[in-house]
Amino acid sequence: MARTRLARQQGAGLAFVSPYFLVFAVFGLFPLVYTAWVSMHEWTLLAGKVEFVGLANYRELMADSAFWRALVNTFGIFVLATVPQLILATVLAQLLNTRLRSRTFWRMGVLLPNVASVAAVGIIFGMIFARDFGIANWLLEQIGLDRVDWRAHRWSSWIAIAVMVDWRWTGYNALILLAALQSVPKELYEAARIDGASSWRQFWSITVPMLRPTLIFVTIVATIGGIQLFTEPLLFNTGANAISGGNRSQFQTVAMYLVQQAFTGQRFGYASTIAWVLFLIIAVVAAINLLLLRRIRSAD
Amino acid sequence: MSLRTRAAGASPLMYVTLTFVVLLSAAPLYFMLVMASRANSDILGIPPPLLPGDQLVSNVDRVFANADVQFAEALLNTLIVASVATLAVVVTSALAGFAFAKLKFRGRNVLLVVVVATMMVPVQLGLIPLYMLMTKLGLAGGLASVTLPFLVSGFGVFFMRQYAAQAIPDELIEAARVDGASTLRIFWSIVFPALRPAAAVLGLLTFMERWNDFLWPYIALDFDHPTVQVALSRLSGGYYTDQALVMAGTLMGTLPLVLVFILFGRQIVGGIMEGGLKS
Repeated sequence: MARTRLARQQGAGLAFVSPYFLVFAVFGLFPLVYTAWVSMHEWTLLAGKVEFVGLANYRELMADSAFWRALVNTFGIFVLATVPQLILATVLAQLLNTRLRSRTFWRMGVLLPNVASVAAVGIIFGMIFARDFGIANWLLEQIGLDRVDWRAHRWSSWIAIAVMVDWRWTGYNALILLAALQSVPKELYEAARIDGASSWRQFWSITVPMLRPTLIFVTIVATIGGIQLFTEPLLFNTGANAISGGNRSQFQTVAMYLVQQAFTGQRFGYASTIAWVLFLIIAVVAAINLLLLRRIRSAD
Repeated sequence: MSLRTRAAGASPLMYVTLTFVVLLSAAPLYFMLVMASRANSDILGIPPPLLPGDQLVSNVDRVFANADVQFAEALLNTLIVASVATLAVVVTSALAGFAFAKLKFRGRNVLLVVVVATMMVPVQLGLIPLYMLMTKLGLAGGLASVTLPFLVSGFGVFFMRQYAAQAIPDELIEAARVDGASTLRIFWSIVFPALRPAAAVLGLLTFMERWNDFLWPYIALDFDHPTVQVALSRLSGGYYTDQALVMAGTLMGTLPLVLVFILFGRQIVGGIMEGGLKS
């Protein structure tokens, strides 16, 4: 009796988890792995030409200045967006962790930007940062500064795109950090207060160390997203050639270059090479993050 | 008195700061509303208009009348894609989450680790073979191509497992077993109803994510099957001189989720905070 019941659990257990693994294998894992195979071919969509070329695409990519430019753009925007975002999110989480009246209202308030799609964010901020009639330039003029042609320069387009990313994600990350903060024992703060520690001191000596694992988790997620940044810079640009990221590709990210090679240039093999290299970069950055996490754990 | 203030925790300065943050959060959305309700001549004026105008209805009409964008179809398409994916994610995640939390089977722990690992895999980078696969299946261009890959979610499985582990007493399942119910029967009549609060939150998060998805639909869908986000990119790409039209479309594409957010904001906030903590 007990044996048949266990056998039934064995079958039911595997059957119940199998939909997830089946769909993930077919539409998630297989395409990702197959990308490596495609990247070793000259694979042209329209001509239907498929020819094995080994690592030729990788050699070409390493010498491709457009790829390196896109990589620098991606990391530039990523750093400009992520560093202030994590600092602001930590401070905001600390603010939200006080006993507030109508707590849900404030939490919803900081999460509000997250309901706007990335496409909507790109479009709205595209107008905020418009050269002639944008509200950003109007504000700059009000405080006596010069207008900026935001799309024209590398630095200004990077800042504009970083602002979009931060606007959408800071509140979201603040809520995740807030959840971590709430699991910090209240007695720690009590004790610190009794010892006369200022709130600034409490922030650095209690909040930041207790938050570290969550901060690293948030950083990994932000990294995976940031390295694949696509929609905001695409819609920041206007016109038919938006995928090139500005007239000198000053804000073309790697993901944009990938899509451009695949679907404008019809080079599936070369685009797959870009995808696979991007995947390796993400894996390396995530591994570095995990190493950091382990070091902090062992330091405790 | 001073004791009470200390217990209250938040100083007036904190409220001022938070008010400023919430205003910053809302400002771009407000700005969208202002632009969507103005004539183009207003939008190009200096100083830029700061209050809504009276052109909202006519701008929205122009969005829906635009044959190149097919906005009404796009809204319907997105509703279909997001609803199907949401329903599927909730059911498959509840099934798997229940199995991981309450059933004993060989490989359970290893498979759960695999699920957590897949949450970190950037599957989006497989888009070229995925496109080839959809072409081969004859699905490229249509709604099925943007629905199928999102019928399951690693986050969803993990989220439901955590909830099932603490929400469903083992005795409940045992009692049903003694009565001779099959495992599937137990799932539908006992487990799923008990998982409903978590299922609702997962459903909300999934629906919002699918509604807002861009990169894959942008690549996979053909001209006749846009989702809202793809329609928006067409609007802004092709009609960038008609700002009022673009903003009215953006407003129409964002409004449904703003309504969902106003109705279920508490649950969404709770879901994000729980999800982050568990990960």
